[in-house]
Amino acid sequence: MAYDKFTVLTSTAVPLPIENVDTDQIIPARFLKAIERKGFGDNLFRDWRYNNDNSPKQDFVLNNAIYTGKILVGGTNFGSGSSREHAAWAIYDYGFRCVVSSFFADIFKGNAINVGILPVQVSEAFLDQIFKAIEVDPATVITIDLAAQTIKLEATGASESFAINGYKKHNLMNGFDDIDYLQAMKDDIKTFAATNGI
Amino acid sequence: MSNNPNTLFDKVWDAHVVRKIEDGPDVFFIDRHFIHEVTSPVAFLGLESRGIDVMFPECTFATADHNTPTINQHLPVEDPLSANQLQALERNSAKYGISHWGLGDPKNGIVHVVGPENGITLPGMTIVCGDSHTSTHGAFGAIAFGIGTSEVEMVLSSQCIMQPKPKKMRINVNGQLGKAVTAKDVTLYIIAQLTTAGATGYFVEYAGDVFENMSMEGRMTVCNMSIEMGARGGMIAPDDTTFNYINGREKAPKGAAWDKALAYWKTLKTDAGASFDKEYNFAAAEIEPMITYGTNPGMGMGISKHIPKATDLAGGVATYEKSLKYMGFEEDQLMLGKKVDYVFIGSCTNGRIEDFRAFASIVKGRKKADHITAWIVPGSHIVEAQIKEEGILDILTEAGFLLRQPGCSACLAMNDDKIPAGKYAVSTSNRNFEGRQGPGSRTLLASPYVAAAAAITGVVTDPRDLLA
Repeated sequence: MAYDKFTVLTSTAVPLPIENVDTDQIIPARFLKAIERKGFGDNLFRDWRYNNDNSPKQDFVLNNAIYTGKILVGGTNFGSGSSREHAAWAIYDYGFRCVVSSFFADIFKGNAINVGILPVQVSEAFLDQIFKAIEVDPATVITIDLAAQTIKLEATGASESFAINGYKKHNLMNGFDDIDYLQAMKDDIKTFAATNGI
Repeated sequence: MSNNPNTLFDKVWDAHVVRKIEDGPDVFFIDRHFIHEVTSPVAFLGLESRGIDVMFPECTFATADHNTPTINQHLPVEDPLSANQLQALERNSAKYGISHWGLGDPKNGIVHVVGPENGITLPGMTIVCGDSHTSTHGAFGAIAFGIGTSEVEMVLSSQCIMQPKPKKMRINVNGQLGKAVTAKDVTLYIIAQLTTAGATGYFVEYAGDVFENMSMEGRMTVCNMSIEMGARGGMIAPDDTTFNYINGREKAPKGAAWDKALAYWKTLKTDAGASFDKEYNFAAAEIEPMITYGTNPGMGMGISKHIPKATDLAGGVATYEKSLKYMGFEEDQLMLGKKVDYVFIGSCTNGRIEDFRAFASIVKGRKKADHITAWIVPGSHIVEAQIKEEGILDILTEAGFLLRQPGCSACLAMNDDKIPAGKYAVSTSNRNFEGRQGPGSRTLLASPYVAAAAAITGVVTDPRDLLA
């Protein structure tokens, strides 16, 4: 599925300073019944965001109009648990293009990149600095430069670099995906399968 | 072939690399691909929109499990959205020539139960599924792990995924397990020691005599939970226990093909002197029957212990307090004696015959506590048939329990099997996340023995007190 190319993102951010945010919180299983990739953003963080009667929970950050932006900042071990790609779809569909945390669960991290969300892993100290900056000023602007692999707090200029492998970086910057790559090497795969008696 | 000592993981991984990309992932060949109704439909839509075909349909196996009812499976599925997903799986499987065990098929059941019991899962294979508990199949010495839907589309279209090679961890558990201490307790103990993210970035090999002496069912329980400490998967070297389990199963190799396969499988073990990025050693004698008290599987402890204080743990205090508040518990409380409302036995973690035998050994001759609602859900129709053949159903019925039909059920509460808000469930499943078993539900993960003890007494009970 095509996604928008990712180069430089300058945006305010939404803070979620909770550890071990699992994909059941990002999107509960009962909202996984669609057979198309549509409308998952409406149910992002459903049970943290809405009461049983569907009224918004006022103390949840997505219901607080002072926090907006295309960057979601989460506590350590973000995206653990279920492999549901619906979690990444919900985050993308809601409007986020980047998730910042000090640690990501493996499967979520892979799914995020595959749908065009950039997971930016920063140090605990820098994550703390981001949370504090947003707490003081919800209009804090953050710039994420994929080519340079840096994340910067615009107000103070504090920045940190982050890791991403060259192949995935190239994909994100150009809007390519793995299926394009794999389709182009089908002959090699067939040869491999034949050699190995598949 | 290198003469350097090699790990089991390296042997299997390296044999499946089609191409290494510099500063990128490996193009990784997949031998077996399982699909179910929830994480596959968008992958099939992707194939359609790109106009590409399934490359090796004979390597993909479909079963319906996540979204299926566990009563009245002969009737049309009531929820139109669930019915729609089940029909999409059937339609997509038929269109591309993929084997499909839908609702009502005698082979139907939870994907990680039916794969092994039909001989589809074999040692040395690479196995994926759009489900994080695919790690279950590692019990056979396979590299098995969960993938996202984009990757499901990759496997369908090219039989490969793009995967960076994880680091290697070995977890050794040696010694004699105590009374009523099961594979589930071993895994909950390990996860509590490592924490919910302690193995993220690693692939685990479980070694030591505790695993060597474990049945295949037990090994599957352990490997199943690998993801709950963040590991992509876990595996155990195949041995005679493995080979005896596989031999004669429907899709297992036969005759000369069996002999050839067996000769290869016997090479699948970690060589002496092979190195791991991380290694842990635990003593079996330290492990009690376990129970969780919080909202991730790392928040577990011996059933006789007190709930830890936030200050005794490594993580953040605010997150810990949020978790205990959700559970309605407080620091330093005893779990024994806490009232339980629901009991669930089943899931890809503990939905196999051995689990129901353990459950029955405690409920035999006793009665279900009146206030307990119990959901007894076999992992497959084959397990269901075994429950009946072995007389376990009679024991359950006499004790006041009802046997339901196979499926994922209350493990993730996608169907009607939902624990109501605020209620406590002792569950043999794998996740105690907030709302996992229904909005507001409170889950205590445990073994089938602990589940049975709670079902009889109505409170959290040490199963050692009830076992002969």
